[in-house]
Amino acid sequence: MSRGLLKMTPFDDTSGLPGRPPPPTDPWAQVGLALTLYAIDPAGLRGLWLRARAGPVRDRVLAALALLTPRKLHPFVSDEALFGGMDLSATLATGEMQRHAGLLEQPGILALSMAERCPSGLAVRLGQALDQRAELSLVALDEAAEEGEGLPPALADRLGLFLELDGFAMGETSEITLPQGLIETARARLDRIHKGEAQMRLARVARDLGIESLRAPMLALACARAHAAWRGADAIEEGDLELAVALTLAHRATQFPESAPPPEEAPPETPPDAQDPEQDHDQSPLDLPEEMLIDAARSALPPGLLAQLQAARVARGAQSQSGAGAKRKSLRRGRPMPARAGKPGAGARVDVIATLRQAAPWQKVRRRMMPERADGRLLLMPADIRIKRYQDQTDRVLIFVVDASGSSALARLGEAKGAVELMLAEAYSSRDHVALVTFRGTQADLVLPPSRSLVQTKRRLAGLPGGGATPLASALQMALAAAEQARGHGMTPTLALLTDGRGNIALDGSANRVQAADEAAQLARAIAGRGIPSLVIDTSLRPKPALAELAAKMHATLIALPRADARTLSATLGAALKG
Amino acid sequence: MTPFPFAAIVGQDEMKTAMVLTAIDPKIGGVLVFGDRGTGKSTAVRALAALLPPIEAVKGCPCNSAHVDDCPEWADVSETEIVSRPTPVVDLPLGVTEDRVTGALDIERALTRGEKAFEAGLLARANRGYLYIDEVNLLEDHIVDLLLDVAQTGENVVEREGMSIRHKARFVLVGSGNPEEGELRPQLLDRFGLSVEVKSPSDIDTRVEVIRRRDAYETDHDAFMAEWEPEDAALRDRILTARKALGDVRTSNIALHDCASVCLALGSDGLRGELTLLRTARALAAYEGAGEITRDHIRAAAPMALRHRLRRDPLDEAGSSARVARQLAEVLP
Repeated sequence: MSRGLLKMTPFDDTSGLPGRPPPPTDPWAQVGLALTLYAIDPAGLRGLWLRARAGPVRDRVLAALALLTPRKLHPFVSDEALFGGMDLSATLATGEMQRHAGLLEQPGILALSMAERCPSGLAVRLGQALDQRAELSLVALDEAAEEGEGLPPALADRLGLFLELDGFAMGETSEITLPQGLIETARARLDRIHKGEAQMRLARVARDLGIESLRAPMLALACARAHAAWRGADAIEEGDLELAVALTLAHRATQFPESAPPPEEAPPETPPDAQDPEQDHDQSPLDLPEEMLIDAARSALPPGLLAQLQAARVARGAQSQSGAGAKRKSLRRGRPMPARAGKPGAGARVDVIATLRQAAPWQKVRRRMMPERADGRLLLMPADIRIKRYQDQTDRVLIFVVDASGSSALARLGEAKGAVELMLAEAYSSRDHVALVTFRGTQADLVLPPSRSLVQTKRRLAGLPGGGATPLASALQMALAAAEQARGHGMTPTLALLTDGRGNIALDGSANRVQAADEAAQLARAIAGRGIPSLVIDTSLRPKPALAELAAKMHATLIALPRADARTLSATLGAALKG
Repeated sequence: MTPFPFAAIVGQDEMKTAMVLTAIDPKIGGVLVFGDRGTGKSTAVRALAALLPPIEAVKGCPCNSAHVDDCPEWADVSETEIVSRPTPVVDLPLGVTEDRVTGALDIERALTRGEKAFEAGLLARANRGYLYIDEVNLLEDHIVDLLLDVAQTGENVVEREGMSIRHKARFVLVGSGNPEEGELRPQLLDRFGLSVEVKSPSDIDTRVEVIRRRDAYETDHDAFMAEWEPEDAALRDRILTARKALGDVRTSNIALHDCASVCLALGSDGLRGELTLLRTARALAAYEGAGEITRDHIRAAAPMALRHRLRRDPLDEAGSSARVARQLAEVLP
């Protein structure tokens, strides 16, 4: 990266930084201002991400937004409602093709309730619509309550404004009335606002805050412009930029630059970006980090919120990667999905209503084509048949990866076997499959492929050898392969690694500690990258920092369980997996 | 609004080159653009449409047939006039129904006049042109299956209501997506001739320029389009020239050998990779006005032609681009 001048601190350190100037205005007034700006330029700002639990405070904001007459949308809205379709009853009544317009086909503002539950498929559809139709704008009502919940990234990236209301007590708030006349005056002025250096400065702040997407500075620009128009000014000024950063950029930050170097030091230094010959050197004061603006971003959000947003992003990422495995289409059970054409039989059930809907418009044609059958009864053709589909939670596979090396191997292996059997005994109720990988000597073995058979498992587990070196990398590789394979079969894998030490055998079987550690670390990252949930159980007497590192790389939960017996192991695993 | 001008896209050279190369030689077979949010993936695809040279087609034919004989019977084309029309770039939206893709009975005519008639779908409209799928990794499985089948045979067959309809459906697939949202099935991956990975530019000047141009495009649309029109036109001419030159580019045995050994070293599956690499290198040579495929052309074409055809290696976090680069450095020093 091109950041030479500034040292970065991760964002979650900000709560400990020395006092920053408070936001310029009373926070509730800022909420009102944000809504006003949104009303001025819904097309430019593209949308509003409103993070708040349902309650009287949120109701006040929604009451103000009602002025913009948003149309409601929920996370499980059908494609037909979004994109429009044939209005069957009107069509049949009039004998002419009647369409009903989809929500996305009409201009205006959409309000997506329970946005934290919005599946990524819908998020992408909405995002595409926002990209292609400037007259659409979206208010996402994010009621995220738990760690890791949040707006899908495809939407978070596109919506300009961010407001968080959970910090407000009812007493701090008051009714918001948007001044419609003034808003219209401001809207009419939008095109006349002179932007000056706003583009460049916002691009710079966005970069300094570690915001990759180039939509962000565009949205910030729209916000600054709306505020300038609201003030009745002709050009974007410092205050507009500060407000824009607070409302549109702060929540996207992934880093905060530390305080800038003293100003007398900075100008003579060539900024690292200056290799580009096309750079305008006459603007060198602007090469300084945008301290004021970054402060505006820093003080815009309550401490801890950024960490939450970040966690939600990570969780969303992992979720969507495993999404194909965690949910699948089923013909028999689960949440209903739109019916589609197909043949009955092979477990599929006919969706009678959808089939009739499909057949209805063709009756006139068919009666004419097949006069011999036109006796007043419904003429149904095979192609009309619609089958029911459901979305189903898939079976889970627990992949145990058990260290069978060294002297204490036998006891630990015994307990692990016991835990596997116990988990398997519960598997019928919780629909879990179990697989076991052990590692000792030069490589790992897939002792038990994913199975729900208790008898077979017991037979395979009996008489497993122990002792020898620790080929951890090989074990992780095998576990990863087993997990990927399980996903391929539509199951959701979870890894549980039980070990007490670090690997000392490389993948090629050589006793090269450095290589072994490197490979193990790489594989751990690969497991994290695939979004495979995992647990690391440290069975050594004293917790090992090396294992903690490995667990961090795997994005795994680390549990220290010295002298674990089968029952505690099984209970801990069960709790960790269900939690 | 007219799409953003292709020439005005800042940076993203590999993506732009890949798109230009498929425009020069449609046989290369389409581009897959995977990358970060907000990097202008779909902007580029939509901009490409304006660069494509027009095609000659029978007037009124729903599937853009080049000759009167090619027009499908069901279309009832009475015209024999050949007209020039823009290369079709058809959007395949997510959530599209099977009927809209393949075509179906014309419901309006069925209801109002009680007639059986076929209403052509997106595949017919995309014939001899481009089919663009944004967020291709989120496309429903049954639509993917359908596309794979049609792409394989080059023909769309619809059997319904006692009708049997078939028509040519040869199109170049262009897809874009964000890998965070989900992976692409290998079968579909393989259908794309080229693949590129796009990232947000990291240097501030490029980023500022992107924002400046985008802002100008949105706020001062007509002036911006007028400013870039000559550059787009120059690029269009260059593509046409390269198309004509394509047949004359010499392919030496050394070039063939180079292509084969790169593919061998990378262990890419099947011969499709080799063929695509050769075609891409040839299109690049034609684009650069070279008379012969050189090692430089192959080197430049290899990452985009091969990176999506490698077997996955969980140990390699550097990604397939780095693997291609590494093997290239070894095999073609």
